[in-house]
Amino acid sequence: MHLSETVNTGFYFLAPWLVLAPVIGLLINAIFGKNFSERAVGTVASLASGAAFVVSALLAYSVAINHGHAVSVPFAEWIHIGDLRLDWTFRVDSLSTTMMLVVSGVGTLIHIYAIGYMHEDVRFKHEEGRFTRFFIFLNLFIAAMMILVSGDSYLMLFVGWEGVGLSSFLLIGFWYEMDTLARPSWANSNAAKKAFITNRVGDFGFLMAGFLMFWHLGSFQFDEVFAVAPAIAHDSPWVIVAITLFMLVGVAGKSAQIPLYIWLPDAMAGPTPVSALIHAATMVTAGVYLVTRSAPLYSLVPEAQYIVAMVGAGTALFAATIAVGQYDIKKVLAYSTISQLGFMVAAVGMGAYVAGMFHLITHAFFKALLFLSAGSVILGLERGHHAHAHHAHHDEKPKGKHKKDEHGQHGGHDDHGEVFDPGDMRNMGGLRKTMPVTFWLYMIGTLALAGIFPFAGFWSKDEILLDAKLHFTSVYWQLSIAAFFTAFYMGRQVWMVFFGEARTDAAKHAEESPKVMTVPLMVLAALSVAGGALNLPFKGFHQLGHWLEYTLGKVEFPPFDLGVALISTGLALSAILISWLLYGRNPLKEGQIDPLKKPLGFVFTGMENKWFVDEGYGVLILTPFKKASQFLADVIDWRFWHDFVHDTVIAGTYNWLSDVVLSRYADQKGIDTFFNSWGDFTKWLSGNVRRIQNGFVRSYALSVLLGVVLILGYLIFK
Amino acid sequence: MVPVDYYIALSAILFTIGTLGVLSRRNPLIIFMSIELMLNAANLAFVAFASVYQTFSGQIFVFFVIAVAAAEVAVGLALIVEIFKTRKNINIDEMNSLKG
Repeated sequence: MHLSETVNTGFYFLAPWLVLAPVIGLLINAIFGKNFSERAVGTVASLASGAAFVVSALLAYSVAINHGHAVSVPFAEWIHIGDLRLDWTFRVDSLSTTMMLVVSGVGTLIHIYAIGYMHEDVRFKHEEGRFTRFFIFLNLFIAAMMILVSGDSYLMLFVGWEGVGLSSFLLIGFWYEMDTLARPSWANSNAAKKAFITNRVGDFGFLMAGFLMFWHLGSFQFDEVFAVAPAIAHDSPWVIVAITLFMLVGVAGKSAQIPLYIWLPDAMAGPTPVSALIHAATMVTAGVYLVTRSAPLYSLVPEAQYIVAMVGAGTALFAATIAVGQYDIKKVLAYSTISQLGFMVAAVGMGAYVAGMFHLITHAFFKALLFLSAGSVILGLERGHHAHAHHAHHDEKPKGKHKKDEHGQHGGHDDHGEVFDPGDMRNMGGLRKTMPVTFWLYMIGTLALAGIFPFAGFWSKDEILLDAKLHFTSVYWQLSIAAFFTAFYMGRQVWMVFFGEARTDAAKHAEESPKVMTVPLMVLAALSVAGGALNLPFKGFHQLGHWLEYTLGKVEFPPFDLGVALISTGLALSAILISWLLYGRNPLKEGQIDPLKKPLGFVFTGMENKWFVDEGYGVLILTPFKKASQFLADVIDWRFWHDFVHDTVIAGTYNWLSDVVLSRYADQKGIDTFFNSWGDFTKWLSGNVRRIQNGFVRSYALSVLLGVVLILGYLIFK
Repeated sequence: MVPVDYYIALSAILFTIGTLGVLSRRNPLIIFMSIELMLNAANLAFVAFASVYQTFSGQIFVFFVIAVAAAEVAVGLALIVEIFKTRKNINIDEMNSLKG
């Protein structure tokens, strides 16, 4: 462990500002936001996030000039009990600064984009404070994510882990009182709850890992844990296996892996910038970061690594197949995100930490780009819908009836009274003409995600595939097929959204988004094109690899394998070709069913319905759980505890005791009788004694005389 | 010189007569007179002993007793007058409103 005194140069002292900057931003907005205009609120939030980016860059620079020295910057004392010292310490090394740069960089761009997006969100009815609240939550997320990536112990990492979970919950349910189409419903709150509760399951795993770690390894602090881990692994390897596998449960929750990925598609209920920032680019990669950070632990137990790799590869393939059957533009991207996270988890599971981190970075670029462009498409369609609806209204033309889709997901707006879902790709088509900027940005994102040379995704995905081929052949094949599906569903999406003819009036009248939205996208697009340069697979170009070597130790760089690259490119190109044959050559007509449905039959139905996983969970877990809860509530709690134990046993016994035993017997028979007899006796006594007082003065005088005689007699004869 | 025993005997006889008068008579005036008799019997005993022991304290007691008796008679006669005004009757046996 290096203390800050050991390194004199650099900007390490700035580390706390990673968290303080966004916190100050959110406080300014929370306290003064009422008086700010929308633009001012957005600017404050963006500046706060931008400040965090500047700090991240300065920290990365400091690490670079100090040859990758990992530095711990103590910030605050937290828990001191006896010998136990748990402090809030920032860890600045090449791995954490990489994450900081990605989070704050992409985060800042998305903040700027959100200024434009939130203003136009159909659900935004210009309520006072709602806009401000959104940016407060965004800054809260940045702060929490910074705590996560900059923590110097598993405990601080967990604090951030929970913090981002909270921000995620708040932002998914941001429009808590309506669904994605602004109809009154609890759908969004339910999506938020689903995300939160599913993540609780993952957090349970993380907590168990933490407890085991503290019990057997004696610390939460990264360096201390890694220092004692090899000895423990030698004596009782099951400890490390248990820790790493419990950690995998946490990873599966946060990074949306099988079996806990189900919350991520529902999380698309949040505003699109949230989907881009939290549910694609940054928060969901926390699991990948966790495994990379725990590399010294995972390296000790190949069994756990194998399971991690298989979970990742399985998720990559499984989610990619679901993405093929989705119609909602954001749902496709959501499953794509799950699939790409599977790639990353598979990579870090195989020990290819550099490849995993590389893909994490490039994926942050192009997936944020895709999500934000999708948001632009949705808003463009929304604008077209508005323009057309008003137009039609003025011309007294009959409104075009929109077909209801098979799911019955027909949306509508209160002000139009018409059924329209601007996120459904079947309502789109031909947008390349009406939204040219968004189209080109989307194309860049698509090519990067599909892994086409020379876009960023090609290099990072190829590196994972190469490592997989060298270490895990089964993972390699799963990932290759997943890559094929990736290219296919992205091709399908692009053909459906941007090519062909407009299938609705809204698509026909779609309008391009303003500069505040497109400029951040252009930056992301540039990064998606050039991001591959971070770590080219040629000698002397492994910048990211060498950078991360400071933290991860020696990394092997397998030589570039032309075969792997050709196979993956070939698969991607053939997938795009097939998608063109199906969706590009004969564009979807209005009301036409998906051309894949006929040849694939029930397989496509499975894809369309997410392989019925949610229903499966419903049958396997939710229904029994609800039944059990119902049983516990009705029978155990109400009938047994309330009716029987409380009412009959406790209240009944009490009533019997007080009514019968105490009141009737002890009080009425015992105490009352005693005092009544005492009273009767007194009455009887007084009745007799009062006769002495007969009213004859002379008899009183006689009594006095007798008394005197008695006293005198006593005195004389005593 | 008459021996002191005689005085004491006379005092006892007077006291007894007074006591019997208080106990047996119904007229409050007579009862008062009987009480005076008892008081004076006591006075006689006081002065008899005072002369025997050659001390003034007995004689001083007698003065007090005479003063108190005068006050008592004054209060008692006033009460009797008031009772007679309200009840037209001073029979002591009929004054029994405090009967238990």
